[in-house]
Amino acid sequence: MGQIEWAMWANEQALASGLILITGGIVATAGRFTQWYFGAYSIAAGVLICLLEYPRGKRKKGSTMERCGQKYLTTVVKLFGPLTRNYYVRAVLHFLLSVPAGFLLATILGTVCLVIASVIYLLAAIRGEQWTPIEPKPKERPQVGGTIKQPPTNPPPRPPVEARKKPSVDEEEAASAGGPQVNPIPVTDEVV
Amino acid sequence: MMVYWILSESVPIMVVLSWLSVNVYLFIDTFCWYTKEEAYFYTRVILGSTLAWARASAVCLNFNCMLILLPVSRNFISLVRGTSMCCRGPWGRQLDKNLKFHKLVAYGIAVNAAIHIVAHWFNMERYHLGQAKDAGGLLAALSKLGNAPNESYLNPVRTWYTSTTTELLITVSGTTGLVISLALILIMTSSSEFIRQSSYELFWYTHHVFIVFFISLAIHGGGRIVRGQTPESLQLHNVTFCRDRYAEWQAAALCPVPQFSGKEPSAWKWALGPVVLYACERIIRFWRFQQKVVITKVVSHPSAVLELCMKKHDFKMAPGQYIFIQCPSISSLEWHPFTLTSAPQEDFFSVHIRAAGDWTEALLKAFGAEGQARQELCSMPRLAVDGPFGGSLMDVFHYHVSVCIATGIGVTPFASLLKSLWYECCESQSLPELSKVYFYWICRDAGAFEWFADLLLSLETRMSEQGKAHLLSYRIFLTGWDENQAIHIALHWDESLDVITGLKQKTFFGRPNWNDEFKQIAYDHPSSRIGVFFCGPKTMSKTLQKMCHLYSSADPRGVHFYYNKEHF
Repeated sequence: MGQIEWAMWANEQALASGLILITGGIVATAGRFTQWYFGAYSIAAGVLICLLEYPRGKRKKGSTMERCGQKYLTTVVKLFGPLTRNYYVRAVLHFLLSVPAGFLLATILGTVCLVIASVIYLLAAIRGEQWTPIEPKPKERPQVGGTIKQPPTNPPPRPPVEARKKPSVDEEEAASAGGPQVNPIPVTDEVV
Repeated sequence: MMVYWILSESVPIMVVLSWLSVNVYLFIDTFCWYTKEEAYFYTRVILGSTLAWARASAVCLNFNCMLILLPVSRNFISLVRGTSMCCRGPWGRQLDKNLKFHKLVAYGIAVNAAIHIVAHWFNMERYHLGQAKDAGGLLAALSKLGNAPNESYLNPVRTWYTSTTTELLITVSGTTGLVISLALILIMTSSSEFIRQSSYELFWYTHHVFIVFFISLAIHGGGRIVRGQTPESLQLHNVTFCRDRYAEWQAAALCPVPQFSGKEPSAWKWALGPVVLYACERIIRFWRFQQKVVITKVVSHPSAVLELCMKKHDFKMAPGQYIFIQCPSISSLEWHPFTLTSAPQEDFFSVHIRAAGDWTEALLKAFGAEGQARQELCSMPRLAVDGPFGGSLMDVFHYHVSVCIATGIGVTPFASLLKSLWYECCESQSLPELSKVYFYWICRDAGAFEWFADLLLSLETRMSEQGKAHLLSYRIFLTGWDENQAIHIALHWDESLDVITGLKQKTFFGRPNWNDEFKQIAYDHPSSRIGVFFCGPKTMSKTLQKMCHLYSSADPRGVHFYYNKEHF
């Protein structure tokens, strides 16, 4: 279990808790249960949690599967800087958000799930994990002529690639910087 | 053949439809019963229609909890597949989709659990409201039942001055219900595809919370909170007549006080069989753990791939199957699945393990794959093996022509198949139907070729020795390279052996053009049955399936491609 990133699971758990809170809140409010205002609170808290948790953070190792359409929320979540980056803050936030929902039966399941998510985030924070946004890779504009290599600096006859690569960088610099052309392989004139 | 193909495509649909129809039938039947049944008339006065919703979803939950353990009872599935004749062909392949069915049933449990939980939220609230001071006549009378000595209660909530949460938590049913829901949510959040891929161990360990799930499920109904009128009371107390005369129940002999009793818990009856079966599975795994596994050869390949050749008493396999391996010195609880890469004809079995996580990295280190000094075979860590499980690729031999396509590490089941093919053709001298095998391997990293390239090289030489070079035609596609490699390849382009693999067959670069490939194969083999076998990502699977449909001729005597995607 050494290399597991706990924040990944905490994220799934928190997202599920948010959805459960919303469901419980809707049932309690629509059914006008006793103390249904806790239900209204749960809907609001659930929506906040879902918005916060929807953009998945980047894994340290390997590639991360983005959730569908998460890049819009990533930009918003990124704006809060350390508040959303730091998992201690998230752990405390989730714990505090879960407390009022614990007073109503319909939302108590959401409370317990959110507390569990909070604990996992605390574990992730202790292990030094933090939320890094998944940035879209900047589109590399194909530069015209960028891949064309410099033409060879020495005139023919030229030795093959392996021989050309043999001299070290310093020698090459010395050879191409100044002075007359020095062929890396001695060239003899075949004329008798 | 057309019938065969229709059957094989429709079996999964039939299975899903039958599962769905049983669920719908159970739900509607139970719903109607609880809506109409006289014994629950008074219960319905308090609860309304949510009683029926809760009970109907409970029956569906019982049904699905019974089913959920069956697809993961792998030895049981192997037994069914091995012994029954009807389980060849399309039905056998259906057994290979056991994990898909397990997930389907899990979704069924989640949906029914949601309905059940929401219904019970309403029920608890309504029980509570029944004790309110302003509760109307019949409702109040029913809620007061149980206060006097000879009465049995109907409303489990006895007073207004309490909260529904407290009332829930003091009952066995309420607490176990909360525990069950939590267990289910924890299992589901740790089973998402992302978590399975990034940390298999988290998924594996958290999934074992199912033990808590089933124990709590068995005692969940023990509280007997859902109460109906007893049969004896129904005989004495006519509901239709007496329901409006609730003021006279205490006094009049016409309408004696109705008596109620709770329903017996029934979840355990549904789940007992599969739980016992699964317990047997784990016992078998434990017994197999005790069995001796002899490691005969350990080969460390480049790109952090370890090959382990082992022997075990009475081990019989087919190409395409997988085993579970445990290494007690790394972790005494974890079993990890690996596809077998040896052929059934060999006297040992082997797996190729790539370092992809904690456990596999630790395994490579333990076997000295990371550059440490060579170890003696007797000082190797002990391994335990469970299996083999899974469907086999034997169907490849039943087509005229077979096309096998693999990407990256998905080549492992085909390694086993190709070895088996070599044994079949070169030693038994005859193959029943198979006349040609096309093999495509699409790989990103040239380093991963090494161990498989040796296999292809030996196959290439031996087949040409036997004069059967035409049997196997393979193409390797390299999809990732850097500039140095490109220069190197360009320089050695005209040589007879491929510069990357050392094989006669040259490596191709970039992805294959499936249209051209399928067109060529269809042209070369008109009026043949061609089986297409694929192991790799979903997107390519869809492409290949489309190709199969596109290039199969409408003429029943023409060429037909039959697509088989296997989960390995």
